[in-house]
Amino acid sequence: MSPKEYIKREPLMPQPATNFIPERDIHKSPVIECRNLGIDFGGLSAVSNFNIAMGPTEISGLIGPNGAGKTTIFNLLTKVYQPTHGTILLNGVDTHNMTPAQVSQAGIGRTFQNIRLFKDMSVIDNVLVGLHYQIDYGLGTSIFRLPRFFSEEKKAREKALELLSIFDMADMADTKSGSLPYGAQRRLEIVRALATDPCLLLLDEPAAGMNPMETEELMENIVRIRDMFQIAILLIEHDMKLVMGICEVIGVLNFGQLIAKGTPDEIQSNPAVIEAYLGKQKEE
Amino acid sequence: MIKSVKIKDRIEKSVLTYISVTAVFLVFFVMNMTGALSSKISGMLVPICVYVVMALSLNLTVGIMGELSLGHAGFMAVGAFTGTSVTMMLSDSVSNSAVRLIIGMVVGALFGALIGFLIGIPVLRLKGDYLAIVTLAFGEIIKSFFSNIYLGTENGSLRFSVLQNNLDLSEENGKIIIEGAMGIRSIPKTATFLIGYILVMICLAVIFNMIKSRTGRAIMACRDNRIAAESVGIPVFRYKITAFTISAAMAGAAGALFGNNYSSLVASKFNIDTSILILVFVVLGGQGNMLGSIIAAAALTVLPEALRSFADYRMLTYAIILILVMLATNNPQFRSFFEKLTGKLKKNGKEGGHES
Repeated sequence: MSPKEYIKREPLMPQPATNFIPERDIHKSPVIECRNLGIDFGGLSAVSNFNIAMGPTEISGLIGPNGAGKTTIFNLLTKVYQPTHGTILLNGVDTHNMTPAQVSQAGIGRTFQNIRLFKDMSVIDNVLVGLHYQIDYGLGTSIFRLPRFFSEEKKAREKALELLSIFDMADMADTKSGSLPYGAQRRLEIVRALATDPCLLLLDEPAAGMNPMETEELMENIVRIRDMFQIAILLIEHDMKLVMGICEVIGVLNFGQLIAKGTPDEIQSNPAVIEAYLGKQKEE
Repeated sequence: MIKSVKIKDRIEKSVLTYISVTAVFLVFFVMNMTGALSSKISGMLVPICVYVVMALSLNLTVGIMGELSLGHAGFMAVGAFTGTSVTMMLSDSVSNSAVRLIIGMVVGALFGALIGFLIGIPVLRLKGDYLAIVTLAFGEIIKSFFSNIYLGTENGSLRFSVLQNNLDLSEENGKIIIEGAMGIRSIPKTATFLIGYILVMICLAVIFNMIKSRTGRAIMACRDNRIAAESVGIPVFRYKITAFTISAAMAGAAGALFGNNYSSLVASKFNIDTSILILVFVVLGGQGNMLGSIIAAAALTVLPEALRSFADYRMLTYAIILILVMLATNNPQFRSFFEKLTGKLKKNGKEGGHES
């Protein structure tokens, strides 16, 4: 980093106490911390002054009207976009200058709003790509089919099937992933993200296109994943039943600014939120 | 209830490919040994192997890695010139011609890999059409390079010059190897059908074993969705360059085999036409379909020779056949018609059956 660049970045100021970490996580260091995070596209400030801290087993939600900058924040956290302002600390490590692949290896798994599966590959192969760094053999071993290849592949396949069985998808393992029904594709994306062994899982509209029954099931599964893997989950969702049902902390975003943060009850009664977001919904 | 499309097990498919290639090889090998083949056909056995390997190599880039390369003949040229130079240099020290050829092919593959790696560094940072055009440019650069270099040996030392023949080789001890635009001349023909077959099998094994592994999955993940691959921690550039280097190495080995099959070798052979021809094999055989590539490469190498009886209309007929086959393999109506037709003749003519 050149000295000039360093000056351009904003100084790290002590943050006001706007973090609502659940009680069980209060004495643990946060899994992710954003300080003054922001990005400008040309003259347009898409996200600015975004501050959060998440406990290591917290489920949080990010809500806001369309175009508020929710997915942009996910893209900033995973370094698809490089932030123009502020800092992201992942387990206390600054992710400045990391590539998306490095951030994933450092522990952020994510899903996408518009599903991005490896469509021409089978369901299990999608999960095995996620397990990439837990499979330990080189190119030579695979070309010469040395014994290590078979033992590692067997181990990885078992692990992949185990992960798929969380969502009861083990029997679809050899199906082409592009031909799965919509809901199953969303679930497969979550499994693939889990396979990378993340400490923070970002879910971008996991319930989009699901019927109420599937959403209910998804809610249970999200909580179950948190309990099983002991990871933090941050999700973007428009389905208020899901957000209010499972999120311990909710942040509300409007025009790239965090306008409110708190527990579901606090958010529901927050006048600024009602004006920006929920108020419109009630009028319908 | 849920409409599920089962993916055919690739192991099974790879075994099918090995068996069919071996079977066809054995038939032609025996026919060639007993002299049942005409000299025209037996002369085409090695070029068929070369083009099959080229098609496999390009299929790795286009079908598995998902990037269009229009300069593949360039890597073939690298392998052809380096590999053939090595076999020429070794003609005195290594008496066994097969060993000499294998050394030449290994050297060709190594140089192919090296050049592939070096070209891959800038090229693979581009995407789509831009990448294709830049590979085309690099292919032409390689062609021009080999038509402007002079290489010779004298008393066991190498002499090298560019653009002009400044080698000053002595009459008795000097031996010119590459002579600019004239290329390499009076090459002893050491390429055999058996070695060609072995090269095809090695390339097949490398490709199939790589596809069904951690590396292959990472490469195909980058092809299917670059952003998603990055989101699960795959370093896209690293895997693309791995695939590209392996592909270039195969092309290099094929080039070395090609060079050692003819008495003379000129750089102008490795022009855009050859690159496009190889691409036609891949597109015709189906991207990612190795058996298809093999059939297409073999059929389209034989076809121009088989059409010699049409004399003046040979290339026209060739083009028309190509267009018809393309239509037949892509048009659903044609396809169902052909499936009906082949279904009457034999039960399973689903894949790879249209080409020949």
